[in-house]
Amino acid sequence: MVQQVLPLAMIHGQAVVEKPQDLFIPPDALEIILETFEGPLDLLLYLIRKQKFDILDLPIAPITEQYMEYVELMKEAKLELAAEYLVMAAILAEIKSRLLLPKQMVEEEDEDPRAELIRRLKEYEVIKHAAEQLDEMPRMERDIHLAQACLTDNFQPREIKAEVELSDLLAAMRDVMKRTRAFEHHHIYKEVLSTRERMTAILSKLKAVREQQPYLAFNSLFDYEEGRQGVIVTFLAILELIKESLIECIQTQASEQIQVRLKA
Amino acid sequence: MKLISDQDLQPLLEAAFFVAESPLSIQDIKQTLLMNYKVSSKRIKLAIEALQLDYQERGVHLVKVARGYRFQTAQAHSEDLAALFKERTPRYSRALLETLALIAYKQPITRGEIEDIRGVAVSSYIIKTLLERNWVKIVGHKEVPGRPALYATTKEFLDYFSLSSLAQLPELMPLPELSLNEP
Repeated sequence: MVQQVLPLAMIHGQAVVEKPQDLFIPPDALEIILETFEGPLDLLLYLIRKQKFDILDLPIAPITEQYMEYVELMKEAKLELAAEYLVMAAILAEIKSRLLLPKQMVEEEDEDPRAELIRRLKEYEVIKHAAEQLDEMPRMERDIHLAQACLTDNFQPREIKAEVELSDLLAAMRDVMKRTRAFEHHHIYKEVLSTRERMTAILSKLKAVREQQPYLAFNSLFDYEEGRQGVIVTFLAILELIKESLIECIQTQASEQIQVRLKA
Repeated sequence: MKLISDQDLQPLLEAAFFVAESPLSIQDIKQTLLMNYKVSSKRIKLAIEALQLDYQERGVHLVKVARGYRFQTAQAHSEDLAALFKERTPRYSRALLETLALIAYKQPITRGEIEDIRGVAVSSYIIKTLLERNWVKIVGHKEVPGRPALYATTKEFLDYFSLSSLAQLPELMPLPELSLNEP
C-alpha cells in the first residue's frame, strides 16, 4: 500500500503538497528589492505575485501583515518612505477591519471593501506590463540607428531667390527710416554757414541794389536751395543786423510783404 | 515643370533619404526635392516601395515611421553595432517608462491621473525629461479646477520607437471583469 503524501493545505479544493518556494526571503535581499519598488501598488503586486495569489482573491489579512513588515523594513533601512506607502497601509487596515464586521451589519448595496483596491491593482498591473513591453520595443540609439550618407564635398545648396515687389521694398525702406529716426542722436556740428558771413552777404546785396531800389523783399534774401539750415542762418543774420541797427524792416500794411532796407 | 523617369526617380529618392536629417514624407518630397518636377504622389510611393524591396536583404532598411520614410539599420545587427558606440544609450527608469506608457496609451492625460494609476507622485524630473526629449507635449488643459496640463505623445516618440502610428503600439493586457472571490 502506497502511503499518500499528506497535503500541507487545501486551496480552492486543491491539495498543496510542497511548500511555496519563496516563502522566505532573507532580510538582506529585501533591502535591495525595497529600493526598486515603484510605489505601494507595485509593492502590493509583488507580494501578491510572490505568494502566487490571484489578485481577485486578495487575502487581505496576510497581505496586510506582510505589507506592514515591508514598511517596517523600509523604515529600518532608513529609505525615504514616501507618504503613499503609509496611505496604503491605512487603506489596507481599513479594508481589513471592514471585512471583520459581521455580514449582516454591512449594508446590502455596499460592494466588497476590496473592490476599489483590486481595481487599482489591476489597472496598475496593465500599465506596468505596458511599460515593460515599451522597454522591449526596438528603439532608436539602442536597437536601431539612423542610416545616413554624407553630401559630397562640393555640394552647393540651392539658393532660392525671393521675389520682391517694389511696394514691399518701399515699405521696408519706410520702416528702416522710421527706425533710424528713433535711433538718431543729437549731434552738435560746427556751423558750416556762419551768421557773420551771411550778415555781410545781406549788407552787400542791399548795397548793390541801393541805387536802383532802396528796398528788397524779405523773401528775396533767402536762398531756398540751402535748405532749412541756410534759411535759419539768413534769418539769424537778419535779426542780428536789425539788432545792430544796420538794416530795418518795413511793412506798409499788415500781412503784406516785408521790405528790408539799409539804415541811414 | 520638368519630367523625371522612374529610372532617375528611384536613385534620387534613395539619395534624399540618406542625406535628409529627419524622415521625409511623400508630401515633403513633393514640396522640396521634386518641386520642379511633374510627378504624382502615386509614382513616388511606387518608387519608394521598389526601394524598400531593394533594401530588404541589406544591412539598412527603408522604413516608414510617423514623420515619413528613413533609412535605418536592420534590427538584426543591433547587438554587434552597439560595439561601435562607446557610450551606452541611457537606460530609462521604470518610473519614466510607466509614465511614458500611461501617456502613450491613455492620452490626453493629466499628471494627477498618472499619479492615481501609479499610486505614487510623478517626479517633475520625469515630466521634464519626457518634454525635453520631445516625446511628449502639452496638448491643452483640462477644464477642471487648477486647469492641469494634458499630456500626449509626439511624432518624435513614434519615430524613436520606429512606429508609424499609435495603433502599432502593443495591445494592452485585457482588464478582466471584476468578480471577486470570497474573502
